[in-house]
Amino acid sequence: MNIYAKLIVRLPANGCRLLLQQQQQKINSSIPSLATAVRKASSGPILEYDEPNAYKLHMLEEGPSNHVSCTREEGLDFYRKMQVVRRMEASANNMYKAKLIRGFCHLYSGQEAICVGMKAAMDKNDSLITAYRAHGWTYMMGVSVTGVLAELTGKKTGCSEGRGGSMHMYGTNFYGGNGIVGAQVPLGAGVAFAHKYRGEQNVCVALYGDGAANQGQVFEAFNMAKLWLLPCIFVCENNGYGMGTSTARASANPNFYKRCEYIPGLWVDGMDVLAVREATRFARDWCTSGKGPIIMEMATYRYFGHSMSDPGTSYRTREEVQDVRKSRDPIASFREKLVQAKLVTEDEFKGIDNEVKKLIEDAENHAQNDPELPVDELYSHVYSSPPANFKIRGCDNFTFKDISK
Amino acid sequence: MNLVNNILKSQSSMEVLRRSFSISPRLLTEKSLTIREAITQAMDEEISRDERVFLIGEEVAQYDGAYKMSKGLWKKHGDKRIVDTPITEMGFAGLATGAAMAGLRPICEFMTFNFSMQAIDHVINSAAKAYYMSAGKVKVPIVFRGPNGAAAGVGAQHSQDYSSWYSQCPGLKVIAPYSAEDCRGLLKAAIRDDDPVVFLENELLYGLHFPLSDEASSTDFVLPIGKGKIEREGKHITLVGYSIGVKICMEAAKELEQSGIQCEVVNLRSLRPLDEDIIKNSVKKTHYLLTVEFGWSQCSIGSEVITRICESDAFDYLDGPPIRVTGADVPLAYAKTLEQNSMPQVANVVKSIKKILNK
Repeated sequence: MNIYAKLIVRLPANGCRLLLQQQQQKINSSIPSLATAVRKASSGPILEYDEPNAYKLHMLEEGPSNHVSCTREEGLDFYRKMQVVRRMEASANNMYKAKLIRGFCHLYSGQEAICVGMKAAMDKNDSLITAYRAHGWTYMMGVSVTGVLAELTGKKTGCSEGRGGSMHMYGTNFYGGNGIVGAQVPLGAGVAFAHKYRGEQNVCVALYGDGAANQGQVFEAFNMAKLWLLPCIFVCENNGYGMGTSTARASANPNFYKRCEYIPGLWVDGMDVLAVREATRFARDWCTSGKGPIIMEMATYRYFGHSMSDPGTSYRTREEVQDVRKSRDPIASFREKLVQAKLVTEDEFKGIDNEVKKLIEDAENHAQNDPELPVDELYSHVYSSPPANFKIRGCDNFTFKDISK
Repeated sequence: MNLVNNILKSQSSMEVLRRSFSISPRLLTEKSLTIREAITQAMDEEISRDERVFLIGEEVAQYDGAYKMSKGLWKKHGDKRIVDTPITEMGFAGLATGAAMAGLRPICEFMTFNFSMQAIDHVINSAAKAYYMSAGKVKVPIVFRGPNGAAAGVGAQHSQDYSSWYSQCPGLKVIAPYSAEDCRGLLKAAIRDDDPVVFLENELLYGLHFPLSDEASSTDFVLPIGKGKIEREGKHITLVGYSIGVKICMEAAKELEQSGIQCEVVNLRSLRPLDEDIIKNSVKKTHYLLTVEFGWSQCSIGSEVITRICESDAFDYLDGPPIRVTGADVPLAYAKTLEQNSMPQVANVVKSIKKILNK
């Protein structure tokens, strides 16, 4: 029998130090942990607490609520999804090292609270586009773990039949997975344009990293989005490093939420899944009420290097990475909150973990054992409407494939 | 008796009419249209026909188009369908591509294709490859159009011909029309096509008149993408050209008629897919091949055409080496004489034909 307790976590002012050192890229900075004071109260199975330092505002009179909450069901759901992404990326890491995945592979581990928290506030007909650190987003936008892992290993059961690989996964209302840094931002503004053109009450979420934030086309997209009041939420996933270059070395102004002087911005603690959700609700309301675009900067961290070919330790210390894992991990900290609030037991979490483990293992099976597309298929999907009697040339003058519709 | 007199009278007046004005009955009913009108009409018709179609680019709305290609469209269709952009090619080409991915059907105008270089990542990496990379999940029904190649006296940065660049890329359809009928039928086909299309116009042709048949005036007139046209039949040599190249082929053909050389002029119409068959059939008939274009020679369209003929069974039908007429291999100068001599002229075509035919 479950005992539900409503737990209100009040953070005593002088006892509250939060996790927000994103602006200062000190290599050996120790990141203080969230101090919590727990008080049991009665009735209602929810987790709620105040996060006074979760947001920073730019050109906004007011921001999202600092009081965040979730039900037990939501808590379990968010935990499970973050854990799926974490384990899925761990599997990708292992398979890459076993040479089952080739080329580029950019892992999302550490950033899970963003994709889970944001999706929880999105409408099912909202659109999303991101860059190449896309596996977590691909899963959250409805592609199965098998669809992701089998795509990484290039099998025909991958969500792009193996044609795309790590950087080119797509789904319903999900426009990838894009390999060229920054390109996804004007594309996302275009998707928002389509929503507005059709009179839909939907937004497009266009994500980019701290590295991409300096791209000219990002500012070109900002300009048109503001001119035409496009329902576009621009989200900078600031994990502190653009490949091997820290934000301090790449950006004259590393306050990415303030980078556009005519679009309001919101800095969010990207390690807190409930704060992320709350902020996204706010941003979505902003866009769908005809106020035009808004920028969000999600302060987050990636545990792995930029990609599998980057150990991630030449430009930051192992201590820094470990510190974040210990004190700011989005999954561990959320789990702890749920346990302390007595909403979920450790056993239940273990059960979820095992279930997730099986899910990943099953997907790995497919990823490792399913077949690739037959070679003949390399000629298909060039055109969606090929002309009659269309031939595609292979590698020599004697190899042609007839494509007729 | 009166009826017969009337007929005789009218017949004789027709005779008088014919002799005085040299008007043949056929010409009285045939319409003519400029390239500009053809393109404006095609866009107007397609925007009226499908609410998902819209035009986006610099000066396309309130200015009526930098080259007046969208004259009257903004007045008729309004802000939603005809969208003026800031001068940010990479941004608006990306935005238009994203809108296409999300189900709209944009016509994205580049003021000239020289400026498309700023946006070329979106044309190639975002638009052309999306359908393949997504295994068919993401369609990009966009048309990138605008003037390509030389104008007059605009200097090197504003005169490049991008035919080779775009036609190399799988996933794109690349069209280079010549006549008003080409422009009408192919632009309408391009807008109705679900794949990304690059539509290469030519500014020097915009003001030229071409006859237009009744069939071509119909609002449902579309031409097949990937099929060329024999503009002029002949039996002595095949001239292959596209866009403004066809113009000097036709002029050269007219000039050589007097020397008894009959040229067959193939108007490619599309560069990708390229209509190999029409060229092969012509070469098998004439046994000689000359390609004509205004772009640079290295990696030119002519290089591709000649290679395809040599790689095919049409090679055995050649009685002489196939050669090219192209733009001079230099950035284009501004001074008039220098510019004129950097672009192919009828004289280059005539000389080449005579050399090939040993005449």
